[in-house]
Amino acid sequence: MTATSVAIGAVDRRGRPRGRGRAPRAGAGVYLLATVLVGICIGPVLYIIIGGFRSNAQITQDPSGLPGPWVLTNYSEVLASSEFWVAMGNSTISAVATTAGAVVLGVMASYVIARYDFAGKGALYALFAAGLMFPVTVAITPLYLLVRNLGLVNSLGGIILPQIAFALPTTIIILVPFLRAIPKELEEAASIDGAGRLGFFWRMVVPLSMPGVVTVGILAFVTTWNGYMLPLFILNDTSLFTLPLGVQNFASQYSVDTARVLAYTSLSMLPALIFFSLFEKRIVGGLTGAVKG
Amino acid sequence: MTEVRVPDRPPVSRGEEPRPAGRRPRRPDWRRRGEIAILAGPAVVVFCAFVILPVVMAAFYGFFRWKGFGFPDDFVGFENYAMILGDEAFRDAVLHNGIILVASLVLQGPLAIAFALLLNQRMRGRSLVRVLIFVPYVISEVVVGTGWTLMLQDAGAVNSLLEKIGLGALQQSWLSDPQVAMGTLLVIITWKYIGFAVILMLAGLQSIPNELFEAASIDGATFWQTQRYITLPLLGPTIRIWAFLSMIGSLQLFDLVNIIWGQYVAATAGTSTMATYMYQHGHLASNYGFGNAVAVLLFLISLVVALVYQRAVLRRDTAGAVTGPAERGRS
Repeated sequence: MTATSVAIGAVDRRGRPRGRGRAPRAGAGVYLLATVLVGICIGPVLYIIIGGFRSNAQITQDPSGLPGPWVLTNYSEVLASSEFWVAMGNSTISAVATTAGAVVLGVMASYVIARYDFAGKGALYALFAAGLMFPVTVAITPLYLLVRNLGLVNSLGGIILPQIAFALPTTIIILVPFLRAIPKELEEAASIDGAGRLGFFWRMVVPLSMPGVVTVGILAFVTTWNGYMLPLFILNDTSLFTLPLGVQNFASQYSVDTARVLAYTSLSMLPALIFFSLFEKRIVGGLTGAVKG
Repeated sequence: MTEVRVPDRPPVSRGEEPRPAGRRPRRPDWRRRGEIAILAGPAVVVFCAFVILPVVMAAFYGFFRWKGFGFPDDFVGFENYAMILGDEAFRDAVLHNGIILVASLVLQGPLAIAFALLLNQRMRGRSLVRVLIFVPYVISEVVVGTGWTLMLQDAGAVNSLLEKIGLGALQQSWLSDPQVAMGTLLVIITWKYIGFAVILMLAGLQSIPNELFEAASIDGATFWQTQRYITLPLLGPTIRIWAFLSMIGSLQLFDLVNIIWGQYVAATAGTSTMATYMYQHGHLASNYGFGNAVAVLLFLISLVVALVYQRAVLRRDTAGAVTGPAERGRS
């Protein structure tokens, strides 16, 4: 196939770039492979969602079958339980507060790193960048003691503050190039109009950096929403459990009721999936941006 | 990075503004310092308090036998470290982390590059495919762990499916058989994180200038020659940074193992990691001196791997976020 397409390319004398090398037109084989790949990726997810529509008897009889008939009670029971909604509420509070905190602190610090010149600037950036290398795992054991000493064990504040801290590296690394890119002519114009640097920050930088802010906000939100280790260490009280802890707790509590566990699990991933499908471009762009600096 | 217009090495003489903005009458220096402190201060305080300080605390607590109450006073020197390093369970955990690290690179790297090349072609529904392969990365570890645990039980969907398609001989105790469990974990890890690798590689592919491929095709390069001599070398920085992130993630793996195997089964199934060891022997056993010593070792191992990798491999690139802009700012 490649040989023929090169030959055709050689014959084509119009001199117009055909865009082949970079984006060759896909053949049937490519579609087949892509379908298989997608199937593998979302198969287990579909199994969880569809499994929630079966009864335990159906699952025991044929674990890999389709619902027949479709059962709605698993989902309706989970949706009627306060347990699910309490966990959903806790997750929402934790994720919203973390996102707000990380964005506000991150924008301010990024502005300093991006647009001020001072001796410790490189060190400041390196400090936050180093945080990227060490996720929460390394710090969790002493962090638990610290949070306990602050009297914040078993409170949502005890997970929100550390979450903000651990969200800062990604936030700052994405936002700094963003803020650097704001044309300096704007800053001059603002200063001619009598705005100080802080005035420039509030009136120009904050509105202009909104796209970057939205990206880091979404990343912080999804990370927090899915977070497991920090809540596991800090929260013992089931009434404070976030959704990941709720799922785990529910799965061990109703371990014989597979269908209901599947329903609970799929309902708990729904918010993240909806959020992701709404903001897919920003999440992907943000992640690749963070990595590529 | 093209939009960064600040010159790489501005001629900074201390306190002088190289930018035109600095030509206006200079403000008193204390005011600028105040602004810097007000804007950067809160982030620095929160970050140092909850990220840096714990690591320092761990180094201190690690020298004590301590149950976590009151001030630690039973100083034992390096005894905790000697116990950890002498514990076969910890050495097993390190070995498992090592296997996961190497296998993640070997499995996910080539697969991700292949998938990225596949998806970089003009095809219908390409953006939909990209969204769908990213789904496992976006859902939480707990959902992934719970779902796979149910599917992989002895009487679960995977074994049942194998039976149906006539491969009943391949049925396994996927989670509890020590011969198989590590392989199962690696498959789940690959499934969960490959979407991220593919998305990165795709972004890397798209940053390669089209002219290079045109030139290669004019010169009569075959598809494989083009990939070998153009795509792979130019994808190098992306691959190296992905590998770095993958290695750090492998060393710190906790969520999936703890959710699927629980803290006690992991060791017997042969999937325990340094982090699950720390959780079990430090946190759950309330041996906080010991647990913090494990945290220090985890930190040091990650740091050594990161530094060696940076020196040996990443030096040529700007190392992306980790060193590039920092060096720029340091000038």
